[in-house]
Amino acid sequence: MAINYSERIPNNVDLSTNRTLQRALENWQPAFLDWWGEMGPDGSTDYDVYLRTAVSVDPAGWAHFEHVKMPDYRWGIFLTPPEQDRKVNFGDHKGENAWQEVPGEYRSTLRRIIVTQGDTEPASVEQQRHLGLTCPSLYDLRNLFQVNVEEGRHLWAMVYLLHAHFGRDGREEGEALLERRSGDEDNPRILTAFNEKTPDWLSFFMFTFFTDRDGKYQLASLAESAFDPLSRTCKFMLTEEAHHLFVGESGVGRAIQRTCEVMKELKTDDPAKLRAAGVIDLPTLQRYVNFHFSVTSDLYGAEISSNAATYYTTGLKGRFEETKIDDDHKLGNAEYEVMDVAGDRILTRHVAALTALNERLRDDWVTDVQAGVDRWNRIPGKYGIDFKIVLPHKGFNRKIGMFADVHVSPDGRMVSEAEWTHQHKHWLPTEEDRLFVHSLMGRCIEPGKFANWIAPPSRGINNQPANFEYVRFN
Amino acid sequence: MEAAASTEARVADDRVDYRTDPSHYKHWRLAFDGEVATLTLDIDEDGGIRPGYKLKLNSYDLGVDIELHDALQRIRFEHPEVRSVVFTSGKPKIFCSGANIYMLGLSSHAWKVNFCKFTNETRNGIEDASQNSGLKFIAACNGTTAGGGYELALACDEIVLVDDRNSSVSLPEVPLLGVLPGTGGLTRVTDKRKVRRDHADIFCTISEGVRGKRAVEWKLVDDVVRAQKFDEHIRDRAAALAAGSDRPAGARGVALTPLQRSTDEAGYHYTYVDATIDADKRTVTLTVKSPAAVSATTPDEMLAQGANWWPLQMARELDDAILNLRTNHLDIGLWLLRTEGDARVVLDSDATLVAHQDHWFVRETIGMLRRTLSRIDVSSRSLYALIEPGSCFAGTLLELALAGDRSYMLDDENGSNRIALSAMNTGMLPMVNGLSRIASRFYDDPAPTQAAYAAVGEPLSPEQAMALGLVTEIPDELDWADEVRIAQEERAALSPDALTGLEANLRFGIFETMNTRIFGRLSAWQNWIFIRPNAVGESGALKLFGSGRKPQFDWNRV
Ligand SMILES: [Fe+2]
Ligand SMILES: [Fe+2]
Repeated sequence: MAINYSERIPNNVDLSTNRTLQRALENWQPAFLDWWGEMGPDGSTDYDVYLRTAVSVDPAGWAHFEHVKMPDYRWGIFLTPPEQDRKVNFGDHKGENAWQEVPGEYRSTLRRIIVTQGDTEPASVEQQRHLGLTCPSLYDLRNLFQVNVEEGRHLWAMVYLLHAHFGRDGREEGEALLERRSGDEDNPRILTAFNEKTPDWLSFFMFTFFTDRDGKYQLASLAESAFDPLSRTCKFMLTEEAHHLFVGESGVGRAIQRTCEVMKELKTDDPAKLRAAGVIDLPTLQRYVNFHFSVTSDLYGAEISSNAATYYTTGLKGRFEETKIDDDHKLGNAEYEVMDVAGDRILTRHVAALTALNERLRDDWVTDVQAGVDRWNRIPGKYGIDFKIVLPHKGFNRKIGMFADVHVSPDGRMVSEAEWTHQHKHWLPTEEDRLFVHSLMGRCIEPGKFANWIAPPSRGINNQPANFEYVRFN
Repeated sequence: MEAAASTEARVADDRVDYRTDPSHYKHWRLAFDGEVATLTLDIDEDGGIRPGYKLKLNSYDLGVDIELHDALQRIRFEHPEVRSVVFTSGKPKIFCSGANIYMLGLSSHAWKVNFCKFTNETRNGIEDASQNSGLKFIAACNGTTAGGGYELALACDEIVLVDDRNSSVSLPEVPLLGVLPGTGGLTRVTDKRKVRRDHADIFCTISEGVRGKRAVEWKLVDDVVRAQKFDEHIRDRAAALAAGSDRPAGARGVALTPLQRSTDEAGYHYTYVDATIDADKRTVTLTVKSPAAVSATTPDEMLAQGANWWPLQMARELDDAILNLRTNHLDIGLWLLRTEGDARVVLDSDATLVAHQDHWFVRETIGMLRRTLSRIDVSSRSLYALIEPGSCFAGTLLELALAGDRSYMLDDENGSNRIALSAMNTGMLPMVNGLSRIASRFYDDPAPTQAAYAAVGEPLSPEQAMALGLVTEIPDELDWADEVRIAQEERAALSPDALTGLEANLRFGIFETMNTRIFGRLSAWQNWIFIRPNAVGESGALKLFGSGRKPQFDWNRV
């Protein structure tokens, strides 16, 4: 009961005077800590980790670094400060005042959107909980923990919305978020991709590059929501998401860099020789890219979706950077091009833009992914190596949408079942690939040291020196 | 004052007003002769409540039924000496030809449905008076008795048809209009008159109806009497029925003084009842207030207060508010039921009702409460009861919460919010299915019903009310505002048609009576037929009636 709210839980939602929230958190906060103890990073309870804690929403409140034990991390509740007289920017309610309360009409839909988003946050912590045992460096271990505590805070952010605006139902959903478990047969996380394993650090970096980027696009479109508290919450989460994307992009980039160094040293591109030298050959990296790109693509849902249309017309979820788009923001007659399968051909057709909003968001994500891939592709050139990572076709290895029932090669050909069976080992990571990557995952925790398969970063966190002790194991 | 008065006039203009009195009747003559009252139907064909049709052949519209409803109330309250009531016609050769077809053809679907509902309630009121008030009714059918005219006769205890070689009783809705005898007729023919189904099948499909000996053999009427003997026979029967009544001799009636009400854009405001409309949210808050204290404990005191006696005045005000909301505010789909005042006073008031329930005035007042609450049950509006501190959901007024589709009771911090039962909740105010609202709520399962009945008299906390199953949700102060707001907004967003169907299906539970069959099965079929092209399409039977053109049916059975 005697929680000093503003000290224990940094916030800008007047928690110290909001009894509804206090009451909800009195039960939820201990349950969250139990969940963290059970499902958070394995064996990490006593570690002192050099973490950044958000203590306020202004830029200075962001640069707060110190060694803390993760269970003592001050998970806070922050919303981007309100915009005066904010209006609804799209859909049927365009021009009306943004909603400060949940309209009863949309309660269950909004709750489902928030719960679905919220469920991904603890899910990824669960997926990543064993990675600490095989970290390639203290620097990377710290980054993993930073991502984990921030995913925890994202969970707090979503639970805040549930507690503040959805009454008893919201409290029950908040509890359920702590009860589901990634990969659990009886009580799994909501989205399939969040029930997959994150078995190794290459997968972790790929996940943060591709899948956290899906998170970024989902949050960005929810940041446009007419429901102002959701909008402001998501805006603030986006500032943290940027770091997760950095961890992913730089992690894969450093693996590419290390491989290129060895390729140059040994003057070979033979995967067998490179593997023998303890680095991940570039074709294997390409197969990991193919896998994570296609699995994350599915998270956007079917190309044509009436749910997405409803979310848009009712003002619940906008497009990426909605207000920067130059159109009527209603999409009454607008069209959008989507791919379609006709017999053995892939073609494009125009459909009502309103129904194609999933596809549009996926396309925005693909553009952003491609920009990151382009940055990776500059690395081999620096070593005089002619190799480019290429994103597979959108229809490759899809389980949801138009392509769910067909096989498409990475270069966009429709292929037969027989060809798929024959070829997919060249396109997707094989069991052998995974075993090999797994074999590289030794634990490297000497300050300043890095595992052989990954290059050191160009700079330390918060400009700390290379041999900084990011994590103290006690 | 000027401004207020003109608003009142404008508001009142396009709304139906259910208030009237015998000096304003256009269609009925109400005469008293000792213990027999005679209601003579003599419809002013130019006196329709809406323009565009003539009320020929003693055919009626809502205005005619509003007068009938008022007349019955006056017989109940102002004339306790009356023991039997004769319905007859002031027009030659025609008793009543039923609802005016041109009016039905011109009306919106909603108007038709509301009209039929009110007509049904008035017919039920006749039977309710026969069963509970010691009033017996004779239909003296001194001419053709068709459609709704025969349905009115069916509501009476006895039907006597004149034998003039011409007059018949008939239900010609199916053959002439392509609709059903939907104001209880079809159901009463079977459930009440026990007409065999094959006879009913014939009777309901021939437009000319049945007369003479066959009408008696088929149980469609009780007697067929030659014209010369008709009046004498009716007099005899009226006297015979009166003899069995327990209505008091020599008692003085209670004048039903005009209901005081102020009407404005926000709603209807009375002494003990207030209906405040929120047009944007499409809700109305219907608040019923307790009196400050029980001011009458003996029948003499009650009679002295007359129409101002709280149980009666409150019931009349509530009844009027319900009728206005139903008729004049179709889009106000959610009624928020609230009470204000002292629960103790309501319980004490109930105790006086129970103690003197055999006194004619108390009996009539309880009947009025029973019928008014029944009106709420059959209203096609969503009902949420909001139980908050300062309310008095006790005894009779607890029935409002029990009538609700849901009830929200605030679990307040200082524990002052309470509901309470009285003996009125245990069967004195039955629903149209014949059960108390509590028994009906539990599908007449004795365990929860008796557990609730055992709590009579003691104030119940939100937890206790919840444990007894008497309320739906008990949000605490932190949750209350959001829960209640969201529940309302959610409801207001749902399809009104689907809600009407849903609520009607859930409210009456699993026990059928003749009345639930009328309000449920018969009304639902009729309302379906009312929107079908075969009735109301350009070539539908109802639309074309009287035009000389033959309806064009879509022959596919659905
Ligand atoms: Fe996140
Ligand atoms: Fe993230």
